[in-house]
Amino acid sequence: MGFKPIAIFIFDLMDLTPIWLTLKLAAITTLVLLIIGLPLAYWLSKRRSIFKIVIEALITMPLVLPPSVLGFYLLLAFSPRHGIGQWLHDNFDLQLVFSFKGLVLASVIYSLPFMIGPIKSALQQLPKSFSEASYTLGYTEWQTFVNVLLPNIKASVWTAAILTFAHTLGEFGVVLMIGGNIPGVTRVASIAVYDSVENLDYHSANIYSLILFSITFVMVIAVFVFNKYKAKSPLE
Amino acid sequence: MIAIDIEKKLKAYRGQQVLKIDRQFPLGSITKIYGPSGTGKTTFLKAIAGLVQPEKGKIQFGDTVWLNTETRISLSPQKRKVGFVFQDYALFPNMTVLEHLQYASPNDSWIARLLRVGKLETFTDHKPEYLSGGQQQRLAILRALAIKPKLLLMDEPFSALDPEMRTTLIKELRAVWNEQGTTVMIVSHNPQELDGFTNQELYIES
Repeated sequence: MGFKPIAIFIFDLMDLTPIWLTLKLAAITTLVLLIIGLPLAYWLSKRRSIFKIVIEALITMPLVLPPSVLGFYLLLAFSPRHGIGQWLHDNFDLQLVFSFKGLVLASVIYSLPFMIGPIKSALQQLPKSFSEASYTLGYTEWQTFVNVLLPNIKASVWTAAILTFAHTLGEFGVVLMIGGNIPGVTRVASIAVYDSVENLDYHSANIYSLILFSITFVMVIAVFVFNKYKAKSPLE
Repeated sequence: MIAIDIEKKLKAYRGQQVLKIDRQFPLGSITKIYGPSGTGKTTFLKAIAGLVQPEKGKIQFGDTVWLNTETRISLSPQKRKVGFVFQDYALFPNMTVLEHLQYASPNDSWIARLLRVGKLETFTDHKPEYLSGGQQQRLAILRALAIKPKLLLMDEPFSALDPEMRTTLIKELRAVWNEQGTTVMIVSHNPQELDGFTNQELYIES
């Protein structure tokens, strides 16, 4: 039996929905975080204030907080019986708990430091004179950001995007708390691995794990390539 | 006339130092600015360009008030449009020589002339990392000139040039400044290199 028939055999036997769901979640989270993260990192990279330090500490919290704690608070916040969750449900018929939208929101919050960290650090490492030179040539802050700063931190933006994507692939605690384990809706690959092991289905757990391992390994290699083969801390 | 009367606190390891300058500079003049390290020569240039804010003072260029802390007028660097040559050159690693000049000016014939002045015609597609220190410094000067500034501020602009290149470049630059009526201020740690070339001087002491 060649490689192709083996692959077809495995895919026929396996329910690959959790893998596709995970990839979809990681792609949407990365896109949302790129849109939010670039201006936020730029703002944080500029002169510090107590307010900025508090915001930065909040953004960093998912790095140090147990995911289950974050998931628990998000579960409370978005429960249709309380506060924001109730308001969203009553006014927009939007339910975030046990839904894919809720997973996206939780992932965005959980992966925020992975997007902000490398971009903010790269912006801080650029000489201040880059912006100053552009201003004296008549360009606004926004034009300077787009034409000068952003092209010169391209590698860090790619690194941040890849790390965010890879980190979202591996989420477990937060997604389990806010999304549960609904097949086709919130049952992402990491939960499928846990579920398979619980049911003593080690074959499925192995396949899911192997696919996740392969994807994340390629992503980490990409991070090193974008950083010109230099070993760098994910948060540099 | 450019009238400058400013006060700016300087960062110092111990105690506090204040930069105080009250001077007038004729339009079209070339001024050398010198003095010991850490006395605020670069800060002075940046205050004129609008890149740092003095705590107190006024800056007037001709009839236009650029800064008046009493009436809270402070034009942005974009509105002052001063040509500025940075000590670290501030060249953008993502842009080639030509792109640097095109970023500053849309005028192709003016860019071509500047490339000749700086002897960089054969390096147009080079990025800064592939230029020598002297070539980078020349590009920084050309980029500042590309916007045809009425006031050109230069922070150690000739430090990486050999004497022969410096003499040739200064001759070419003088021709451009005369033609454009540019007022020039040059900070130098080695004021002798500017002898016979400037007609005003400002010594900044601590």
